[in-house]
Amino acid sequence: MHISEGVLSGPVLVSGIVLAAAGTAIGLKNLDYDRIPQIGILSASFFVASLIHVPIGVSSVHLILNGFVGLILGWGAFPAILVALTLQAVLFQFGGITALGVNTVIMASPAVLCYFLFGRLIIKKPSVALPAAFAAGALSVFLAGILLGLALVFTEKDFFKVSTIVVMAHLPVMAVEGVITALCVGFLKRVQPSMLPGYLRS
Amino acid sequence: MIQEPFAIGSSHIHRLDPRLKILFATAYSFIVALSNRFPALFAALMLSLLLIGLARLNVWKAAKRMALVNGLILFFWLVIPLTFEGTALFHLGPLSVTREGVLLCARISLKSNAILLIFIALVSTMPITTLGHAMNRLGLPGKLIHLLLLTYRYVFVIDQEYQRLVRAAKIRGFRPETTINTYRTYAYLMGMLFVRASARAERVHHAMVCRGFDGRFYCLRDFSSTRTDWAWSAFMISIILGLVGLEWTRII
Repeated sequence: MHISEGVLSGPVLVSGIVLAAAGTAIGLKNLDYDRIPQIGILSASFFVASLIHVPIGVSSVHLILNGFVGLILGWGAFPAILVALTLQAVLFQFGGITALGVNTVIMASPAVLCYFLFGRLIIKKPSVALPAAFAAGALSVFLAGILLGLALVFTEKDFFKVSTIVVMAHLPVMAVEGVITALCVGFLKRVQPSMLPGYLRS
Repeated sequence: MIQEPFAIGSSHIHRLDPRLKILFATAYSFIVALSNRFPALFAALMLSLLLIGLARLNVWKAAKRMALVNGLILFFWLVIPLTFEGTALFHLGPLSVTREGVLLCARISLKSNAILLIFIALVSTMPITTLGHAMNRLGLPGKLIHLLLLTYRYVFVIDQEYQRLVRAAKIRGFRPETTINTYRTYAYLMGMLFVRASARAERVHHAMVCRGFDGRFYCLRDFSSTRTDWAWSAFMISIILGLVGLEWTRII
């Protein structure tokens, strides 16, 4: 989910950069140097996982997984997503420099929100955890779509219809992301529950 | 497979001080993003193409990358002129194509292409390790650089791991379809990827601690500016001043 370069207005680009910098600063502050190898390798695996194209009807979508990043990394989602987007820009030219801040905010802030809403639920018993994981996966994509739409509308109010189309286009992605996040959390609960946040505390 | 097709080369641009390239690409991108007048935007597109030419990149590969982005812009061309308020240029049945919408699309296309081309010409022409070191020298937080370099280091390892898991699934007859079974396979595959990644992270961390890792990541690389770099900075500053002039003084 990207806004391409050259679409947004100056104020939107600047607020994106300010918010992304703030989120990244919080994320980095909460991050011990000891945990950097773990976050780095996880953010590499999110980068790779987001290249997976999942079939849906006649077409296919690539996974975004920002809800899952949020559930596992919390505030760490900001630096992890910023780094992943930078790598995507340099390796695939999916984006340039100016929209990096806005795109980070679009994907990372729903991730952090989902962490606070559902992070504590996914270590509970499966009948609570799996719906919570589904909600985190679906909601984070939905909110990312809404933020993307807002960025467009704040740039130009006539972008409203484009924004609506963009949000609608994300509805099927939402469902797929929710299902995959739920299944993936279920898998981790059985295979390596220590990866889920708060596991040691419970 | 993940590659860096533009990173290695022997052109003048490849040999420039990476810090200079990053600073200039950033300043240039923002100026283009904030410009709205067509003379400035056309000039920017031409300058970006000029720099691509000077970097002597594989034009075919660069064009393929640009095609991807322009696919997205095509979507804007299909929607915006029809949904934008303004004076109608002509009518398509019940819909009208507005002048303002077409102009906006033209601006977006010019800006987007100019910004991405300059990014390919200046930033993609350095290896990511160099990018990380240069960003560190430019004063970005050490932790962020550390994270960027580690992520880059492991993207390739994890990608190979993923390819291996997919091969194993294919050998067992897996074919992606729109079924819950497909989604489950992908979810478990990714779960396995994360489990292995996290085990690997732990091993890497232990290995780093064994070698005396004390929590700081040192970038040993120093960059020095040569006379060529100064000449190029003068050239780049004049480009920026020229664009600013075209946009805000209304000479043309």
